[in-house]
Amino acid sequence: MATSPLSFQSMILTLHDYWSDRGCVILQPYDLEMGAGTFHPATTLRALGPDPWKAAFVQPCRRPTDGRYGENPNRLQHYYQYQVILKPSPADLQDLYLGSLAAIGIDFARHDIRFVEDDWESPTLGAWGLGWEVWCDGMEVTQFTYFQQMGGFDCRPVSGELTYGLERLAMYIQDKDRVFDLDFNDSGVSYGDVFLENERQMSAWNFEVADTETLFDLFRKAAAECENCLGAGLAIPAYEQAIKASHIFNLLNARGVISVAERQAYIGRVRDLARGSCTAWMEKNGWSPFPPRPGEDC
Amino acid sequence: MPDFLLELVSEEIPARMQAKASAELARLFEERIGEAGLKAEAVEAYATPRRLALIARGLPETTQAVSEEIKGPRASAPPQALEGFLRKTGLTQDRLSERDGVYFAVIDRPGRSTAEVLAQAIPAIVRAFPWPKSMRWGEASAAPESGRWVRPLQGIVALFGEQIVEFEIGGVRSGAATVGHRFHHSGPITIGSAKDYAEKLRACHVVLDPTERVRIIRERAAELAAGAGLALVEDAGLVAENAGLTEWPVPLLGSFDPAFLEVPREVIQLTMRTNQKYFACVDGQRKLAPSFVCVANLDAADGGEGIVAGNRKVLAARLADARYFWEADLKVPLAEQAKKLDQIVFHEKLGTVADKAERVAKLCQWLIKERIVRGVDPEQVQATARLAKADLVAQSVGEFPELQGTLGGYLARAQGQPDAVADAIRDHYKPAGQGDEVPTAPVTALVNIADRLDTLAAFFAIGEKPTGSRDPFALRRAALSFLQILTCTGMRLPLREVLVQAAVLVLLSRLGALRSATFPDLLGEEEGDHEITAEVGSLTYRYGGRVSTRWNSALTPKIERGDVIEQVIDIQQAILDFFADRLKVQQREAGVRHDLIDAVFALGGEDDLVRLLARVKALQSFVDGPEGADLLAGYKRAANILKREGWTEEQPVNKSLSYRPQIEESELEDALDSAEPRVAAAIEEEDFERAMAALARLRGPVDAFFDKVTVNDPDPAKRTARLNLLLRMRDAVHRVADFSGIEG
Repeated sequence: MATSPLSFQSMILTLHDYWSDRGCVILQPYDLEMGAGTFHPATTLRALGPDPWKAAFVQPCRRPTDGRYGENPNRLQHYYQYQVILKPSPADLQDLYLGSLAAIGIDFARHDIRFVEDDWESPTLGAWGLGWEVWCDGMEVTQFTYFQQMGGFDCRPVSGELTYGLERLAMYIQDKDRVFDLDFNDSGVSYGDVFLENERQMSAWNFEVADTETLFDLFRKAAAECENCLGAGLAIPAYEQAIKASHIFNLLNARGVISVAERQAYIGRVRDLARGSCTAWMEKNGWSPFPPRPGEDC
Repeated sequence: MPDFLLELVSEEIPARMQAKASAELARLFEERIGEAGLKAEAVEAYATPRRLALIARGLPETTQAVSEEIKGPRASAPPQALEGFLRKTGLTQDRLSERDGVYFAVIDRPGRSTAEVLAQAIPAIVRAFPWPKSMRWGEASAAPESGRWVRPLQGIVALFGEQIVEFEIGGVRSGAATVGHRFHHSGPITIGSAKDYAEKLRACHVVLDPTERVRIIRERAAELAAGAGLALVEDAGLVAENAGLTEWPVPLLGSFDPAFLEVPREVIQLTMRTNQKYFACVDGQRKLAPSFVCVANLDAADGGEGIVAGNRKVLAARLADARYFWEADLKVPLAEQAKKLDQIVFHEKLGTVADKAERVAKLCQWLIKERIVRGVDPEQVQATARLAKADLVAQSVGEFPELQGTLGGYLARAQGQPDAVADAIRDHYKPAGQGDEVPTAPVTALVNIADRLDTLAAFFAIGEKPTGSRDPFALRRAALSFLQILTCTGMRLPLREVLVQAAVLVLLSRLGALRSATFPDLLGEEEGDHEITAEVGSLTYRYGGRVSTRWNSALTPKIERGDVIEQVIDIQQAILDFFADRLKVQQREAGVRHDLIDAVFALGGEDDLVRLLARVKALQSFVDGPEGADLLAGYKRAANILKREGWTEEQPVNKSLSYRPQIEESELEDALDSAEPRVAAAIEEEDFERAMAALARLRGPVDAFFDKVTVNDPDPAKRTARLNLLLRMRDAVHRVADFSGIEG
């Protein structure tokens, strides 16, 4: 491990440099709430069709049910993912990835890096892929996926997606037990200074305060607006509404007002919106979908 | 003869797929080369996370030359037929021979070089390899026909002797270079032949053979635990999984904060096992120790200190999360949680889990009220039945669904329920499989059987009987658990009556009348027969002299009396038949003959499975002995005569016989006079051995009767008397079992 570990923001800057040097477009976060970096149109929509694409970006993620009022050492309802998408997936993707870990200061002579089976599936995106969760000394630090389908369409060619859990990686590099103790900027500001109060208030809102009638209403409106956009053949704004619907569904889930029976119906609704958007995107670009082979749909 | 080495290097192969994949590789290889007429002296296959390897020892250099004769068209056939045959064989007409007016061609296939066979066989095996899940990758995946593998294929070693077998799969060329351990060795390794393969890998920190990795993990993990004064919790599945996650396994011992031990140990063990692949340790008293063994894939420069520290941190976070849920669950009384069960659908046609709990509670109540089950505390039973499913809404069970029941037991105890209730909640899903512990504590056993009976009645009521291999609701498992509890506890149930009650509860529940219905026999101040009249028709349901249900017709306006009774009887009979089948399956392992079970079921009246089994066991030792075999032969002879004569019931004869009976006739009559009451008395006392012994005394007289007496005497009086005698003998035997279905 490096003598002076990287601060949270230096780690991000190092990753930006690393992936910029390897030909990636460095994007800024998408300005919508979403549950994972995969929802970013630079991943979802760009994974479709034949055009090559390389991008890297930080995406804040909202997982309302993971909130712990700032009391858990590493569970948060808002955290950052570092997302890399490379299309088509390069032959040396594992080596490229390990190079990025070395760049942020992980020493492979002292730390146990493992690729452990974890097939990725997003029912709300109609997407799946095969890959691993990457472990560093038993901690999952990255989700590593070869997309096979997106929005119900076969990925041709396949994209490689890397999703780094930035806070977890930083805890490793800085040897911290609590996420809130992370050094954010090398100048005395901790992660807790920036986000602890946010976690407390947002957990309270997610679990206790959020008005469920308003949320149900917002869900309906987002879904309706998505349909409206699809009617006008506008894939990108339609997809934004699908992202919104997905996040509102997560909030309703955290409020515990969606029964087991209803849950599947809501997921199905969001999936239809996302698939509709992907279909519109394929059509707009004039890409004909390869029909999935029988039995291949996962 | 040279060896063949094949190695397929890929990105990490899922641990759970490795053993199957190496076995499949060996099988497909032997099959393929077998088609070319090749056979290896031995085929070994290995898997590590990054490679699938095969060594075929002693392969011939070439395949055998083969000469094959092919039959062609008749010489008289139209010329097109001959032309077609020549095209197919690639021969000219002068190379054909003619026998009996038919053309024959002889095709000589020279021996092929084995290397050539291998160069074709391997790509074919790889293209069609049966991975449970496979993928496409890279630039090639733009085309729909791109190849698939479990993860991207990175390299191929293919050496026949010391020669490279040349081929290409999806842009990867075969060669002699491979990779070592991902972090201990960089750069390619050149393999000379199958002979130096394993040792070269070992020098580069790869243990090729999974059985060796298993041994290293098992031994070293046990050693580490022992070194700390602890014992490892054995877990063969976990050892195998870790062997599939490492090429160079290095077990390491770590510890966690003992304060976490206030969380149920099952939670700690489960999170360590499933999320982290750690082994648990116990102390001298078999109590969970705050320690773990993880298996690294690295000889770390610092001896593993950093790795252990990292793993500790991860586990601490996981346990903190588990404790967060557990503490939240402890604060909510189970009775409060139980109220939320009406939000959880049990099955769309069968209402919620709350409905199920209600039915189980009512069935238990009825069994106690009827004194079918005695010696249990009714309040404890009710508490268990109503709280047993409540942990399904606890957050900890949401996180660890496998711990349903277990965690409910902990919660019940922590919240002050008596041990009998807490134990029963904990164990009410048991036995969960063959070999699982069968609970026999009275409260537990009662709630468990009521739960199973309700499950069976419920799914049978909606037509979801298992068929063939389809048993989505695990009803066979439920029936078997029920039988295990019954046979282990010796609990006596009049099953017909009990099943009717279970079925009625299900029907009422489906009609939405469960809670409003009154059950005279369940709640009852009233005893005996009841006549209940509903507003819609006369809704009276009697079973075995007892009214089993009554309900308010205003709530159930569509019930038709006949329908309900018919449905209930159908469900009852279907489940009884299902139990008979399951009982045969269960008892087969204990060596009980299925025909004897049928023979006792065939009597129709026996629905107490414990008594039924006692009868079957006595019967088995009887018919397996010489006396039983003889009596069975006599019985069959008698039964055949009766059948042939159409003699189904006793015909009247004059009180005093019109003839002097033969001595053998009188002796059989005397023997029956003496045996009948003994058999009856023994059966009354459920002493089936004694009943058999009494029957056995009939054997001599029966044999003598058949030897000396002519049944079909021309004198109708004699014939009638003698057939009546045989009928008596058959009926006496039927007191024990229907011998007609017994084999032998």
